[in-house]
Amino acid sequence: MLKGTVHKYGANVDTDVIIPARYLSLSDPAELAKHCMEDINPDFVKRVKPGDIIVATTNFGCGSSREHAPLAIKACGVSCVIAKSFARIFFRNAINIGLPLLESDEAPDNINAGDTVEVDLAAGTIRNASTGKVFTAKPYPDFMAGIIAAGGLIEYTKKRLAEAKR
Amino acid sequence: MNLVEKILAAHSGRKKVSPGDFANVKLDLVLANDITAPIAIREFQKLGVDKVFDPDKVVMVADHFVPNKDINAAEQAKLMREFCYRREIVHFDVGQMGIEHVLLPERGLVLPGDVVIGADSHTCTYGAVGAFSTGMGSTDIAAAMATGDIWMKVPPTIKFVYHGQLGTWVSGKDLILYTIGQIGVDGALYAAMEFTGEAVDALSMDGRFTMANMAIEAGGKAGVFHVDQKTLDYVKPRAKRHYTVYEPDKDAEYARVIEYNVTKIEPQVSFPHSPANARPISQVGNVTIDQSVIGSCTNGRIEDLRIAAQILKGKQVHARTRCIVIPGSQEVYLDALKEGLIDTFIHAGAAVSTPTCGPCLGGYMGVLAAGERCVSTTNRNFVGRMGSPKSEVYLANPAVAAASAIAGRIVSPEAV
Repeated sequence: MLKGTVHKYGANVDTDVIIPARYLSLSDPAELAKHCMEDINPDFVKRVKPGDIIVATTNFGCGSSREHAPLAIKACGVSCVIAKSFARIFFRNAINIGLPLLESDEAPDNINAGDTVEVDLAAGTIRNASTGKVFTAKPYPDFMAGIIAAGGLIEYTKKRLAEAKR
Repeated sequence: MNLVEKILAAHSGRKKVSPGDFANVKLDLVLANDITAPIAIREFQKLGVDKVFDPDKVVMVADHFVPNKDINAAEQAKLMREFCYRREIVHFDVGQMGIEHVLLPERGLVLPGDVVIGADSHTCTYGAVGAFSTGMGSTDIAAAMATGDIWMKVPPTIKFVYHGQLGTWVSGKDLILYTIGQIGVDGALYAAMEFTGEAVDALSMDGRFTMANMAIEAGGKAGVFHVDQKTLDYVKPRAKRHYTVYEPDKDAEYARVIEYNVTKIEPQVSFPHSPANARPISQVGNVTIDQSVIGSCTNGRIEDLRIAAQILKGKQVHARTRCIVIPGSQEVYLDALKEGLIDTFIHAGAAVSTPTCGPCLGGYMGVLAAGERCVSTTNRNFVGRMGSPKSEVYLANPAVAAASAIAGRIVSPEAV
């Protein structure tokens, strides 16, 4: 069970504001985390606590393919991101590196900044502890669930490579 | 099946694929650059293999922060270079390199019918030659470098039909900005965009590259064109291996068909901070600019520079505007030299740089201060994209960017 305080954003949060390109000469997640959300919310890194949850509306993570974006969010201690929809490259990247994402049309409209939210990843449920309302996230396709169950794409690929050798 | 479905079916050993199917797809080329390769290499090393699946099918291009902009950038380029040297991977460095999406088609490394993935969102550019190409992150690239394949969900395809004839100074850039303005930055989310109609048939290859390049700006997974005589004329002298031309079936299915009559479309300008904020040039109003950038994977090809030079010839860049011209590759640079375009730019008071992504993503070679405005032929105008989060970027075609450099404010090419 994940539990954390909500940081709320709107539509089309792009990867340039999640981690500006001026920091792309870095690739250490801990260094990237120091600049997470800097151009949309300069106070974010001061306020974010381990376990906190980002909630946004549509097309979260649009723009560049930079994996630095989900890496920075994860390294800040953010436990998951809930949105109405995600940009596709960001979606893949987050699953690949083990940052849980939950897609829900209703939850973002019923969660405010500062609310406490509980997420049961196995059941796909999102509970706003501040209001008591419960929402169900869209389930992952089986194929992706396999990657998540393996612990990310690298572990999944390791298994595939080992099987191919046999 | 439509074009995208045919390519993906052929690369996954299936007779038929449909939108929503998951497929393991064989790859013709895997790409990374100096920003995304370091993470891909770190993840690749966790896989416990030493060799890539095929060193001729992995390409790394040092283009974003190269020639090195600072010590960190130098370390990243070095890491990538050494990884490539040790495995004899195709690698383009300073002196050979160009902006990856200008360079790879030019070198015949991406061909019709290919499936290409790259750790760069603008990898969708190669749809212009009838390939299925899409951007992914570094970890996907790491896995693909080891296995030579990747999982994909077959996207639904939206077919765009552009009727009519383009007016003077109206280009592929204007068609794609107009389209994004109509459908929004998530208008093609998870979908492939198929560009058709007599207006795109009439476009040059350079104009098609520009359109395919910005499919990602509508959330698209790919942006594809049908292969025609222009494609073959471009590809044939460059190809060094076999390729297959796919055509959509007559009864191909599409998620949506969107038709535009583009005869009356004006040059478009996308206002901050979204490519979807497109306005016709006649409705821009008085926007003074500090900088004009002509280049990038979107508009750094020879046709783009010819148009800019045509406007700048014999004129002077405004005294309070910096104009920066960046040819997309060494070949483009040499052609521009031979044609006298570089001479024109320098005499007009513009700065000309070696190929690099540089200013497009606020890397270097034209970073903006707080309060500054730039008109740019690049692809994104997000908050802070080209520098300070308090700066502004206006997206436009090369003719508008060149004219605006002369006027010191955003104007139509007809105004100068």
